[in-house]
Amino acid sequence: MSDHKTMTINLVVWRQKNANDTGKFENYTVKGITEHHSFLEMLDVLNEDLIKAGKQPVAFDHDCREGICGMCSQVINGMPHGGQERTTVCQLHMRKFHDGDTIYIEPWRARAFPIVKDLVVDREALDKIIQAGGYTSCHTGGVPDGNAILIPKPAADEAMDAAECIGCGACVAGCPNGAAMLFTGAKVSQFAVLPQGKAEAKTRVTNMVQAMKDCGFGNCTNHYECMAACPKGINVKFIARMNREYLKAQF
Amino acid sequence: MEFLNTSIGRKIVMAVTGLSMVLFAVVHLIGNSTIFVGPSGINAYAEHLHSMPLPIIMLFRAIMLALFVVHIVYAIQLTIENRGGRPTDYAVKATRKATFASENMIWTGLLLLAFVVYHLLHFTFRATPGLTLVNDAAGHFNVFAMVASSFSSIAGAGIYAVAMVVLFLHLYHGIQSLFQTFGLANGNTLPTITKAGALVALVLFVGFLAIPMSILFGIIKG
Ligand code: HEM
Ligand code: SF4
Ligand code: FES
Repeated sequence: MSDHKTMTINLVVWRQKNANDTGKFENYTVKGITEHHSFLEMLDVLNEDLIKAGKQPVAFDHDCREGICGMCSQVINGMPHGGQERTTVCQLHMRKFHDGDTIYIEPWRARAFPIVKDLVVDREALDKIIQAGGYTSCHTGGVPDGNAILIPKPAADEAMDAAECIGCGACVAGCPNGAAMLFTGAKVSQFAVLPQGKAEAKTRVTNMVQAMKDCGFGNCTNHYECMAACPKGINVKFIARMNREYLKAQF
Repeated sequence: MEFLNTSIGRKIVMAVTGLSMVLFAVVHLIGNSTIFVGPSGINAYAEHLHSMPLPIIMLFRAIMLALFVVHIVYAIQLTIENRGGRPTDYAVKATRKATFASENMIWTGLLLLAFVVYHLLHFTFRATPGLTLVNDAAGHFNVFAMVASSFSSIAGAGIYAVAMVVLFLHLYHGIQSLFQTFGLANGNTLPTITKAGALVALVLFVGFLAIPMSILFGIIKG
């Protein structure tokens, strides 16, 4: 690293002890941040400082730190994952910020995602939606012959585009209604376009849509904020496909 | 029915009722534009409508009322549920795709409700003050004289102008939204549908606005 220029960043971070605490913003200053720090590494620096000072570090979710697990979840300056196109928080770098910047960091906010602590929220509701129908039932055992089921290339591509969803919940966080339509739309669609998914298509979409409601997610009003928030570029066309699948399931 | 209890089911009901009202608005505009022919145009058109059998007129009114009521009831219910979907707002608001129109559908909708009530009291029940209510030479009610008497004042024409801005905002978001709700849009077509929807909203705006403005500025005369 040739570049030794460092930045001082002002942070306004949501602190909340547990689900029942009302929570509030705290101001912090972190020094010695380089453009090579990732956003999470910058928070690691902050937490080192806090621990040295005998204070509680800021709790935040993360795991892979390479943009594939969907754990990292922070709303940065009002934008889930910080607003850089197709980028998760862990892949966001401090070179996107400037010396002296003030950055607001908030947790995902949605009724269906209760806050566990600080920036950590409980996203179990997304698992409940998957449990309601985000699978295909099949016999395990012998591996089927390759190409025994022919899948047209466009259908395979469409399914893969939908399957890019990493289940992070940014779409819910970005939605002014706290709706999970982009997530659920992607999950419904990835099966709906494949032959293996057709058998259970009706019950899948019906049950997953019902699960969204039971989990307390809001309704879609087609703001398309979810698509802007999604770090995987999931398109709202998958919401339209889910609506279509849902209509088809009525007959 | 289970369909009406889920978010997509209710959205589809909103889209069906919304689309029906948009189609009504288009037909209404085409009919009203007979006013540009002059008094004889709109009077003949009104006469033609009123000469339809009463049961048909009443059935049509009942259907319109039902569409309207269902749309409003679901609109209010969905909006209340959605406000609960995210109980706490972010300290920094940084929406990127939402528009003024999309964020204010309930308010533009409720203003349309107020306008429609006024509009019916005005030209259907003819209960508002200051209307010229006369019959023409042939003994038929002179619709043109009534319309002209209301739009010749700035206030009279102004209410309609404001209402049409509100309608434009509602449909600017609403038309593309209904295609998405029906699942008729995909990644390639949504941008075009959005532009086309905005264009239809604009045509309705300009078309409806032209009537009070033409009378206010004396472009159409009796
Ligand atoms: C009179 C009171 C009205 C209220 C309270 C109202 C309210 C609403 C609300 C809250 C929405 C949902 C917004 C969304 O999902 O994005 C909506 C959608 C819509 N409204 Fe209205 N509205 C009213 C009248 C009208 C009228 C008169 C028309 C047509 C001339 C209309 C056409 C539409 C359309 C096309 C949609 C989109 C449907 C969809 O995407 O599902 N509305 N309205
Ligand atoms: S659709 Fe995008 S934003 Fe929503 S959970 Fe999947 S990856 Fe995250
Ligand atoms: S930590 Fe795994 S996606 Fe960010």
